[in-house]
Amino acid sequence: MKAAFTRFARNRLALLGAIILLLVLAMASAAPALYPAGAFALAGPPLQPPGDRFLLGTDTLGRDVAAGIVYGARTSLMIGVSATLAAVLLGVLFGAVAGYYRGRLDVALMRVTELFQTIPSFILAILLVAILSPSVNSEILAIAIVSWPGIARLARGEFASLGGREFVLACAGLGAGDGRIVFRHLLPNCASPLIAVGSLLVASVILFESGLSFLGLGDPNLMSWGLMISAGREVLRSAWWICTFPGLAILATVLAINLVGDGLNEALNPRLRDR
Amino acid sequence: MRRLTYVGGRLALAVPVLFCIAVLNFFLIHLAPGDPASVMAGEGGSATPEYMAMLRHKFGLDQSLPMQLWHYVTNVATFDLGYSFRNDEPVLNLILDRLGPTLLLMVTAFVISVSVGTLLGLLAGTGRNTWRDGASSVLALLASATPSFWLGLMLIVLFSIRLGWLPTSGFETIGSFYEGRAYALDVGRHLIMPALSLALFYLALYTRVMRASVIEQTNMDYVTTARAKGQTERGILFGHILRNALLPVITMAGVQAGNLIGGSVVVESVFGWPGIGTLAFSALQGRDLNLLLGIFLVSACVVVVINLVVDLAYITLDPRMDV
Repeated sequence: MKAAFTRFARNRLALLGAIILLLVLAMASAAPALYPAGAFALAGPPLQPPGDRFLLGTDTLGRDVAAGIVYGARTSLMIGVSATLAAVLLGVLFGAVAGYYRGRLDVALMRVTELFQTIPSFILAILLVAILSPSVNSEILAIAIVSWPGIARLARGEFASLGGREFVLACAGLGAGDGRIVFRHLLPNCASPLIAVGSLLVASVILFESGLSFLGLGDPNLMSWGLMISAGREVLRSAWWICTFPGLAILATVLAINLVGDGLNEALNPRLRDR
Repeated sequence: MRRLTYVGGRLALAVPVLFCIAVLNFFLIHLAPGDPASVMAGEGGSATPEYMAMLRHKFGLDQSLPMQLWHYVTNVATFDLGYSFRNDEPVLNLILDRLGPTLLLMVTAFVISVSVGTLLGLLAGTGRNTWRDGASSVLALLASATPSFWLGLMLIVLFSIRLGWLPTSGFETIGSFYEGRAYALDVGRHLIMPALSLALFYLALYTRVMRASVIEQTNMDYVTTARAKGQTERGILFGHILRNALLPVITMAGVQAGNLIGGSVVVESVFGWPGIGTLAFSALQGRDLNLLLGIFLVSACVVVVINLVVDLAYITLDPRMDV
């Protein structure tokens, strides 16, 4: 009874996360309808405190902070999802090859993975974006390049443990090629841990991206929460709202995704339920 | 003696890692648009034509790619990371000057996050589903979703601007000429907010790991044995469970070392902490790519050293792992 209650309470947390996430999604998709002029449009006098006319105030140039938040949600979610997909793709590719073929190739690929885990990832990402010049694509690429190793290790473990199972041997015996075994039979079997870990990765990617755009490495044509915070730093003393609200937006979004991810983790990986 | 050999072996293992990072750096230089010489000269446009010609000669930029790689790696191996015209100083000197404050910040944040995280995880894991568990879980959830730079700014608003308790930025009070204890206190006051901002995220991580690990160890057979022998609960917790439960935390701490140094880049630039992060930030502003590459290399070295220290801590705690 008590266990069922705690499970319920935990699911409620996941539910709460899902609701917040849906709100952020709705906000992001309604952005052009809510603020047709865009996030960079001058809406009124600069440094207006939150109030009736501007819900969350205006920034140093007179841009509406609320518009920035709404458009920033688009940027964060877009980069969060696409960089995660890229990292999962890269990680699964590495992990599948290493775990399926084993042997020397496995050792070599895992060495590369370990190397990438040792490297200070944020500094490598800064370097990559600085070299490729700041844009959405270079941000996604840089984040994917530093995020894949965790996925690769997970995928390798899953593929290695599934590799010797009877159904795989049966497939091979029936003449199925490596590609067919890996994609048709092994990949669906390790989809659930990958989905769970991938959903948590979206949250850390969003945090990572906010750090990059805070340092001025975001796409100059897109509004992002990190950029808003860095622009508001100069007037922190007099206009607290410019920095505060984008940070709360990051906090709420990342929290929501973490809650949903934890919920997925428990639902999809029953072994972990007791933790 | 055996431990010394072990350390030697681990250091020897670090060499290929550093070599790979140097090779990675080399490819990054070539990935950058434009002439590699102009990248290495700092791209600030402030290098002299003589220096550019010297760079071309030194790195053999008119030779084949493998030869260029060889030149680059041998230069790095002799600690020659180039010259930063923007700062008018060799890159290595610039970085070494800033290494101390960064290490101070990192070590403080590391100690805070590991100790407080372990404590909270222990409290949560031993009192499962009580208010202690709930409170530390909520704290961990919030902390792991908070961007460190934003937390830093909010701390500044609260403690510096509103309350006036702590200095907003810097390493020490300029022009105060404190000495001895007064100096240490002054630096400590400047250190509090940056260290907290950096530590909070990792604190959450260690809390979660420690909680799971305490719960796992509590169900082990050796705990039942100890209880059957009449050991007190306190004795079981501190004599048996704690030591075993700490191992995953230490593994995690080693993995996170590289992220900690990355996180300090952002936190330092918020607080104007005169470390590697602020240097990286100004290198970014000035498009001084060579300085950034040097910072990348040196911070990778720091991570390798930290991993070694963590390994040593691990074998001290877990004799099964001894060499």
